[in-house]
Amino acid sequence: MNDMTPERDARVANLKGMGCSRKRVEDARFTQGKGNYVDDISLPGMLTGDFVRSPYAHARIKSINTEAAMALEGVVAVLTAQDLAPLSLHWMPTLAGDKQMVLADGKVLFQGQEVAFVVAKDRYIAADAIELVEVEYEELPVIVDPIKSLQSDVVLREDLDPKAPGAHGPRKHHNHIFTWEVGDEAGTNAVIDDADVVAEASMYYHRTHPCPLEPCGCVASMDKVNGKLTLWGTFQAPHVVRTVASLLSGIEEHNIRVVSPDIGGGFGNKVGVYPGYVCSIVASIVTGVPVKWVEDRMDNLMTTAFARDYWMTGKISATKEGKITGLHCHVTADHGAFDACADPTKFPAGFMNICTGSYDIPIAYLGVDGVYTNKAPGGVSYRCSFRVTEAVYFIERMIEVLAIEMDMDPAELRRINFIKKEQFPYQSALGWEYDSGDYHTAWDKALKAVDYDGLRKEQAERVEAFKRGETRTLMGIGLSFFTEIVGAGPVKNCDILGMGMFDSCEIRIHPTGSAIARLGTISQGQGHATTFAQILASEIGIPADSITIEEGDTDTAPYGLGTYGSRSTPVAGAATAMAGRKIRAKAQMIAAYLLEVHDDDVEFDVDRFVVKGAPERFKTMGEIAYAAYNQAIPGIEPGLEAVSYYDPPNMTYPFGAYVCVMDIDVDTGVTDIRRFYALDDCGTRINPMVIEGQIHGGLTEALAVALGQEIAYDEMGNVKTGTLMDFFLPTAWEVPNYETDHTVTPSPHHPIGAKGVGESPHVGGVPCFSNAVQDAFRPFGNRHTNMPHDHWRIWQTANALGLHH
Amino acid sequence: MIPAAFEYHRPADIRGALSILVEHGDDARVLAGGHSLIPMMKLRMADVPHLIDLQDISSLKGITIEGGRITIGAMTTQHELITNDALHAAAPLLREAALQIADPQVRYMGTIGGNVANGDPGNDMPGLMQCLDATFTLEGPNGTRTVQARDFYEAAYTTDRDDAEILTHISLDATTAGYAYEKQKRKIGDYATAACAVLITKENGVVTSASVAMTNLSDVPVFSEAAAEALIGGTCDTAAVKAAVAAALADIDPTEDNRGPVKFKMHVAGVIIARAIERAWSRA
Ligand SMILES: Cc1cc2nc3c(=O)[nH]c(=O)nc-3n(C[C@H](O)[C@H](O)[C@H](O)COP(=O)(O)OP(=O)(O)OC[C@H]3O[C@@H](n4cnc5c(N)ncnc54)[C@H](O)[C@@H]3O)c2cc1C
Repeated sequence: MNDMTPERDARVANLKGMGCSRKRVEDARFTQGKGNYVDDISLPGMLTGDFVRSPYAHARIKSINTEAAMALEGVVAVLTAQDLAPLSLHWMPTLAGDKQMVLADGKVLFQGQEVAFVVAKDRYIAADAIELVEVEYEELPVIVDPIKSLQSDVVLREDLDPKAPGAHGPRKHHNHIFTWEVGDEAGTNAVIDDADVVAEASMYYHRTHPCPLEPCGCVASMDKVNGKLTLWGTFQAPHVVRTVASLLSGIEEHNIRVVSPDIGGGFGNKVGVYPGYVCSIVASIVTGVPVKWVEDRMDNLMTTAFARDYWMTGKISATKEGKITGLHCHVTADHGAFDACADPTKFPAGFMNICTGSYDIPIAYLGVDGVYTNKAPGGVSYRCSFRVTEAVYFIERMIEVLAIEMDMDPAELRRINFIKKEQFPYQSALGWEYDSGDYHTAWDKALKAVDYDGLRKEQAERVEAFKRGETRTLMGIGLSFFTEIVGAGPVKNCDILGMGMFDSCEIRIHPTGSAIARLGTISQGQGHATTFAQILASEIGIPADSITIEEGDTDTAPYGLGTYGSRSTPVAGAATAMAGRKIRAKAQMIAAYLLEVHDDDVEFDVDRFVVKGAPERFKTMGEIAYAAYNQAIPGIEPGLEAVSYYDPPNMTYPFGAYVCVMDIDVDTGVTDIRRFYALDDCGTRINPMVIEGQIHGGLTEALAVALGQEIAYDEMGNVKTGTLMDFFLPTAWEVPNYETDHTVTPSPHHPIGAKGVGESPHVGGVPCFSNAVQDAFRPFGNRHTNMPHDHWRIWQTANALGLHH
Repeated sequence: MIPAAFEYHRPADIRGALSILVEHGDDARVLAGGHSLIPMMKLRMADVPHLIDLQDISSLKGITIEGGRITIGAMTTQHELITNDALHAAAPLLREAALQIADPQVRYMGTIGGNVANGDPGNDMPGLMQCLDATFTLEGPNGTRTVQARDFYEAAYTTDRDDAEILTHISLDATTAGYAYEKQKRKIGDYATAACAVLITKENGVVTSASVAMTNLSDVPVFSEAAAEALIGGTCDTAAVKAAVAAALADIDPTEDNRGPVKFKMHVAGVIIARAIERAWSRA
């Protein structure tokens, strides 16, 4: 049979399956303002809840007087820790094995902490009532520096026994949370001590925030008649929320329905369980009517999960020729007031142990100390998979510092050390098995695309011109080569609150040949309704336009662990393909029956089963679907449905090569990104246009973080960047034109070879932008300066290097 | 981010607005474009029990240019300043500066009157008006008076305007001088790290008059007479620019904020002032 006939091409095109830049089906409603977000939900009698928040970062609560607030017309309730205590809900467990106050219990530990929950007829009354709640505080000493915290006599967490081990082993100090070690420290130190060359660096990866456009929120509705609790919310993992809600409240899980409606971006911020959810549920139970709670921007930036805040020190050793021999990394991790990091249980520092990067490093060690401070809790993966952003930033800076130490070109240093194509699957020194890669090809393609040698020449000329006083602008060439680790993850070592990190898909084919598929994930802008339909279209031969993808309603969707860490395609995407294959297997039997041949004598061809060697004899998937519902087929149950729960055998390891060219005004610190080239390899490409959109978004968030986006605190623990005036959220104005490119190295263990791409650009982009800034100052002696590279910090670098006179 | 409750008034003329202002005294404030006042109310940093919306008062709107004198109604939006070609021909500095204020959405709403009356050192129009030597006309219960932009600002959020007065319009001379508004900001929609407005007239190759004013480098806009003097009579050569910058820097007093420490701001201010002078000179 001729596979290349125009007729067959037309059938393939009609499916809009994998590889096609199908337009996003979600966008029709989003661009017309027809989305349905949590704040769009309005139920009869619904009340609004809002928080009285602490103005102090560390203080004892002497008293709370709610009388005046309760007296305000329209106020229904004011909840404090005292009210929640009888239900044991004044504290709640965190995802990281710690516990967290729902409402301040005796003291507050960070500015903005939830102190009381006001429930009122509308949000305006609630806002007025908040002002009327009188809280008497006694200020306590504030610690905002994790390194000082470990030396301080001030006990932040009085609720914890300082001698007792925490969830991740022994604690060294009353403000210490855990030590996590991976690799061979003695061996690594021995290698480093004996090495030809050693480069060292200390770097601070500043605290920032995912800042989705839509903040967090929920509507809780307890129906006292049927005993059912419905919770709509901005949840990146609705099923996990249901399980947690059941465990906390004692309501049986079948009586809880959690719904994630449209979500306006998550980026990790919406993974955690927040006091607002608990208080809304309690308030709905108490009042018997629905209660809505939605954060405002300041609440979001100041209190719901931050990202990063890692103090990292590294040593990297190499031979005279530049072959890396060992890597040592230590992190002091600032987790804030409670350890509410969102990581798989066994990984208290996430996948930070991917910090050997894309390089063949024979021996390595990673140690992480988690520490309490008077800052908001969180520590989520902001557009990345569990601390991989920190890991990649670390190694991509260490490579640059080593290149400086060796007076080598950093592109060449990378090339010498890349894991070679033939080494995959590759066992890393810190315990991962990289599934597939072809780094040299990607690197060469990237360097050629930007004319790397030409750029270096231009840069050298610029430096000379600068020295002659002819220009005040320097040029930086930022390089980064990253390997992501996504698709958490194998149930044997990945779980969240004990729930294995599989994911799921359930498919129903309707009699007339269209279908609905439900998944355990939830799109927050990634376009799942578009791309998962494409996977299925290719797998089962039903046009993507005839397939509805539904997520986010725990009453209908199969159990899944949600969407974050680029896990949807690697895990739920795999489940989708596997469920599709079950459909196809049954369809094959039906087709064989209809065609009156043996099962093995038919084969799948785009949108039909054909009799082998007789392509004119076929049954389309539409015909097969109909038959599944209207014919009694011996030995085959009616209907055409399938479900798959996919436990991934391994993570997937997307990679990429990025280059940034930046001009920097030495006198003002102003940066101008002249060029940004991004080559991504995410394995099989499901929808190139969606990939491109993800790359653009991730790079933009990378630019933000590298060049200015931070959650900064003063010494008193006051948040200095609580609004978008000071918290940098780039607009079209600040964003350069991105050039995207790709190679394709499929994952060998994923059913369709796809690896996940939503977060790669963020992971690879941050070091690339940062390296560009740092590279500009390399000729003048710069080794490392910390992000964010905003104007004044760049100016400070130039100033410290004596470039102002 | 929800303001306290307030009464909303929408008078049709100045007299009506003034009477409400007088009646409620401290409890009343006028609302122009709302893009400074409403955020302050939402943050509950401003408590305004009586809000008097000026948008129905047509006498506060519009731009007229007669006999070399420009008159701009207080309720003219920044967007209107940018798109008015006659205004651009008469005083091109205005468009150049207005384009560097906030973003288009804010400029559709924000007014010149609100910008100059607000008294926020971050606002760009006050320094600009000082550079242009504009005159503000204020109308109060006891009549109308004028005050020069250069005399109007007393401290952050404190101006010469009496609480019961409304700024009705701004007038200034048309100018053919070389001009520049140079502003460094962290991002679109940001207030200045440092900004400087410069006008320079050149005759026979030398500077005959100059005007230099700065934004967000003190608790009030700073008009630097000394900087102008350093330029007059010269050719804006390196030494003159340096002298003018030194004079201007002596007049400012920036404070540390998230944009950076004082040392940085002083340095950047020097760079921005020099660039503004050089650009204005190149257009003179
Ligand atoms: C995101 C954002 C970015 C911004 N960036 C900049 C920027 O870069 N540069 C800049 O200059 N501004 C900036 N602004 C402020 C903006 O330009 C405001 O519009 C302007 O400061 C105030 O004008 P308004 O018409 O909105 O006044 P309003 O906010 O309505 O009023 C401001 C104050 O002036 C008083 N007032 C207004 N009109 C009169 C009048 N006729 N008589 C007496 N008193 C009056 C009010 O009572 C109030 O106290 C920004 C605003 C936002 C929201």
